[in-house]
Formats: sequence, C-alpha cells, structure tokens
Amino acid sequence: MPQTDLEIVVDDPTAPEDDSPSLVSSGTIEIFVCLLLLALAATLGYDNWRTGASWDSTGPEPGYFPFYLSVVLGGGSLYGLVKALVAHGAAPETFVTRAQARRVMAVFVPTLLFCLATQFLGLYVASFLLIAGFMRLVGKIALWKSLLTAVVFTAIMFVTFDIAFDVIMPKGPLEAAFGY
Amino acid sequence: MEAFGLLLHGFAVLLTWKTLALMMVGLVLGIFVGVLPGLGGPNGVAILLPLTFTMDPTSAIVMLSCIYWGALFGGAITSILFNIPGEAWSVATTFDGYPMAQQGRAAEALTAAFTSSFIGSLVAVLLITFLAPMISSFALKFGPPEFFAVYLLTFCSFVGLGREAKHKTVISMSLGLLLAGIGMDTVSGNLRMTFGSSELLRGINFLVAVIGLFGISEILLTMEERLALRGHAASISLRVVLSVWKDLPKYWVTLLRSSFIGCWLGITPGGAIAASFMGYNLAKRFSKDPESFGKGRIEGVFAPETAAHASGTAALLPMLALGIPGSGTAAILLGGLMVWGLNPGPLLFVEHKDFVWGLIASMYLGNVVGLVLVLTTVPIFASILRVPFAAVAPMIVVSCAIGAYAIQNAMFDIWLMLGFGVVGYVFKKIGIPLAPFTLALVLGNRAEDAFRLSMIGAGGDLKVFWSNGLVGSITTLAIVLLFWPVIDGLLARVGLTRTPRPRRSN
Repeated sequence: MPQTDLEIVVDDPTAPEDDSPSLVSSGTIEIFVCLLLLALAATLGYDNWRTGASWDSTGPEPGYFPFYLSVVLGGGSLYGLVKALVAHGAAPETFVTRAQARRVMAVFVPTLLFCLATQFLGLYVASFLLIAGFMRLVGKIALWKSLLTAVVFTAIMFVTFDIAFDVIMPKGPLEAAFGY
Repeated sequence: MEAFGLLLHGFAVLLTWKTLALMMVGLVLGIFVGVLPGLGGPNGVAILLPLTFTMDPTSAIVMLSCIYWGALFGGAITSILFNIPGEAWSVATTFDGYPMAQQGRAAEALTAAFTSSFIGSLVAVLLITFLAPMISSFALKFGPPEFFAVYLLTFCSFVGLGREAKHKTVISMSLGLLLAGIGMDTVSGNLRMTFGSSELLRGINFLVAVIGLFGISEILLTMEERLALRGHAASISLRVVLSVWKDLPKYWVTLLRSSFIGCWLGITPGGAIAASFMGYNLAKRFSKDPESFGKGRIEGVFAPETAAHASGTAALLPMLALGIPGSGTAAILLGGLMVWGLNPGPLLFVEHKDFVWGLIASMYLGNVVGLVLVLTTVPIFASILRVPFAAVAPMIVVSCAIGAYAIQNAMFDIWLMLGFGVVGYVFKKIGIPLAPFTLALVLGNRAEDAFRLSMIGAGGDLKVFWSNGLVGSITTLAIVLLFWPVIDGLLARVGLTRTPRPRRSN
C-alpha cells in the first residue's frame, strides 16, 4: 500500500519530571474546597433568607429555591468535608507535584497579567504582549518568531472581530491613537 | 412523509454560497479544534460562538454545528496517529487505532474512523429527522408542570445514574443552579444574590462560565502533562479508502450496534464518552476473536467511533425537540440559541421552520462534506501538531477572552472566565463533575420559572405534578431515578436483582 509515512516528532524540554515531589494532596484540596463551598452556601443562604424564602399563597417567594439549594449545597459540602477528613492521612493522593505546579503557574500567571493588561491597554495590545512574551519566555522560541506570530495573530483577530464581524473588543490608548 | 418535504426545504435554505462557505469554515475550524490539545468540542464551539452574534440564526447554527462535526472528526486524527486522544470520547479509538498506525496501516485506520463517524452521525440524524418533529409536536401540549417534570427528570438522572460520587454530583448541580439564580428574578423582578454589585445584576452568563470551565482550565491541565509527542503522518489514498469501504458490509452488526448504543446514550445524559467505551467493549465481547482487540483490529476503530458520533449527534435531539441539551456541546448550542433570540423548546419546530430544518439539513451535508474534507486533508491537520504548545496556549487564552468579552461586552466577564478557569481546574482534579454544573447553569432559570408558573397556576399546590398521567409518571420516574442507587441497593438486598453491582470506591 503506497503511503507517505513521515514521522512527526515534537519534544517537550521543560516537561515536569515524573519523580517530582508532591506539593499538596488531593485530600487537603478537597477539604479546602468543601470549606469554601460551605462558606458560599452560608452566604448565599443568608442572602436568600433575607429576600424571602417562604411559601406564600401563589407559591414560593423569590428566595425560596436558592435558599433550599444553598441548604443542599451546604449539606453536600459538609458530607464531602467529613468524608475527606476521615480519609485524610490514609494513602494521600497527589493533587499536584512541584514540577507540575511550576508549569501550571507558568500559564496561569501570564493569563492573569493578560486580563489585567486587557483592562488598561485594551485586548489587542494585551494579546500581542501575551503571545510574544509567552512564546519567548516560557516556550524559549526565537524572538523574531514570537514577535511575528503575535503580530499576525493579533492582526487576524482584529480584522475578524472588530472589522469583519463587528464584535467590538475593549480598546486602550494605542487604538485611540489610531482613531479606533 | 411530512418530515421529508420539510427536509428538502431545509436543503433549499442551506444551498446558498454564503451558507456553504460558512459550513466549510466551520468544518475546518472544528477539525483544527479537535486536533489541538487543550481545546475540545465544547470549548471550540463556545469560543467561536461570538463570531456568530451578528449572523442570522440559521447561518450561525450551521457554522457552529459544523464546528462540532469537525471537532468530532478531528479527535480521531490524533488518537490514531499519535496515540493522544484529542477528545475524551476518542480514548477508545486509540486502543486499536494506534496499533494499526504502528503497523503502517494508519491510512486504513483513519479511513475506518472517519467512515464510521459518518455512519454513526447519519443514523442519529435520520433519527432526529423523523423523531424530533414527533416529540416536539407531542411536547407542544406541555404546560409548565410537564416542563418542570422533564427538567426534574434530567437533573435527577444525572444524580442517580452518574458515575461520580453522589455528593460531588449534588455539589456540582446545586452550585450550578445557585449561580443560575444570581441577578434579576424573572418571575417577581426581585434582585437575588447580587450583594449590591451592579456587575452581578446581569447574572452569571452561562457561556462565560463554559469558556472558563472548559477552555482555560483545559490549558492549565494540559500544561501539567508531558507534551512531547511522536507519531505518524499518513496521507490517505483513494485505493485505501475504497478497500476499506468494500469491507464495510462485513461489519454491519458492529456498526449498527454501536449506532444504536450511541443514539440511546446521546439522548439520555450518558454522553459520547460512555458510548464510545460501551461500543468498543460490546464489539469485543461479541467478537469471535476477542483476543485480537487492542492489537490493531479495524473493528476496534469502527465500534467506538460510530458510537461516539451517533451519541454526539443524537444529543441534539432533546435539545431541538424539548430544549434540553443531551451533552455539553448541545448545552452551548442551546446557549447560542438564546443569544440569537430564539426560544428553545418545542415551539421552534413551529415558529422557526427554516432554522430547525436548515440545521437538520446541515447535519447531513456537513457530515458528507466533512468526510471528504478529512479524508483529503489529514496530513495538513496532523502537521498542526508540530506547532509548539507554547505558541498555541496563549492564542487559546486570547480566543477565550475574546469569546467571554463579546457575549455581553463586559470586562467583568473576562475576570469571571479566569475565575471559572481555576474552579474548573480544581474541580476536575478532585473529581467534581462539570457536566451537571453546566446543565444546571443553562437550565436553572427555566426550571425554576416552570416550577413557579405551575405553582401560580395551581395556587401553590404541589399535587399539580401528579395531576395527570403524563406529568405524574415523569415526576415519579424522576424521583425513582434520584434514589436509584438506594433502590438498587435495597433490591439487591432482598435478592431481586441477580448481580449486585460491585461497590465503587469513592
């Protein structure tokens, strides 16, 4: 059977090591999440009780449904909390290893900065900075490739959304200087 | 045969240059999304949804559904060539697809995957064509109590039949329902859970949450893994295609069985992932030579792919006929419907014939065009994987942000997306399922409205949910499903079921 069988090989030099130590166990995170959910359930429950969570002649008041949902959410989280506390300590499962956490942060922090930059500089400038910066600093890709990719991608997005489809994105000082 | 005439009308709606062009764009984008790691069908559709805001609904749904078909096709490419399932539902395809590629039969495996996807979708589309109009005309008689009962059934079946720990499903669903309630209460006009914030007044948009939950969190999860890959880049020649097609009739039982499983699990909230595994396992069990599975048997590609696509397509049936999505992607399409100003539910078939039949016709056409497209362009799409993830990841982040912002033109939504990204990442890692959350968020308000309207109609009497045979049986079924694990356990104890299910750990 004639077919071209080219190999595609992509390496990942910064891959997290397999033997990296565990940073935090799933059990700990579960306890933490359950506590947070419990607090959320209490806050929302209180707010809905204030709005009115009883049953009047025409059926439930506006807060009725969300109030009881908060109770259900609280109950579920409480159960999860107890379960996680009981299981805690016995054969802890890794939530994330140190090397994995480093990689996750390497995406999360730039994304956070990108959102911040979007607020002040507009989406397109932020997008250029994110792509160029991420490719260069995290991906260790050649500077010219990073800059070119960032410019081309941002330009395509601008033309597609702002010009072709009339979907207006947040703008900053740079776009203002060009009259957009 | 009324459906047939309407279908022809649908094709007429579809056959304009503009729609066909959008279809091609959708398919290409979809395959792209399916191939790339860290982007799946639901995120792809959610991110690209804003592109359609200024289109008319028919063009919009055609493009979006084609993105979906494309993503379904694309998932198979990476599974077979790289042993990396692009989507969770193509995991089962790797079992036999990758060994085939290693044996130099990649072209054969790809052809088998694409063809069976096509067959699976076709069966499901036929089902939609003839069944959806019937269900929707039946559902036209539904009042608020019936609708609430159906919503209740959907929620309860998730809790009762889901694989995850029950309390996690309950947490996920109640959180989704709560967040859906934030903002203005549609029945009384009161503000709820806004805490005086004007940003929360709008409520939490379903699509923003989805983009964060599936898009951003997926990037974070992908980064945790080793991204090195090694695989084959095969092109498919006409000879291979014809030789695989010639053998198709031999596998008709497998294809039919998988299509059936897929349709069933697609309509009920089982989903494409469960369908693909079930299709594979049953094909193996019924095979005369089960040992050869996992070593590069073509049936091992046919079975899961057919089931996954049948299920992915059939998930649109309850979405169209009742306004209840059968899958995550269907839920996003439902969100799209609301953005375009259509009211999902049985009335769609009456009020928006062009839209519904245009969509159904596009399922036929999109799958044919998609099949030809993937068969001819596999090498191009496979080489996308050469692009380093460090370049892909920021582009996906930017696309997600554009998508989130465009829905309501709100900067707050970009922050919300980021928050949901973190939530999605943590939830996925500790096993809180996201599907019930998504479903609850999109259906929450409608379920509550239906409940309260029934209450207003019945003067606050809960007996309205048992007021006639139909609504009574749906409500009862919902409650039975909710407590199914308990009932099942009791039945096993009295010895009524033959095989007590093995206890699942957590």
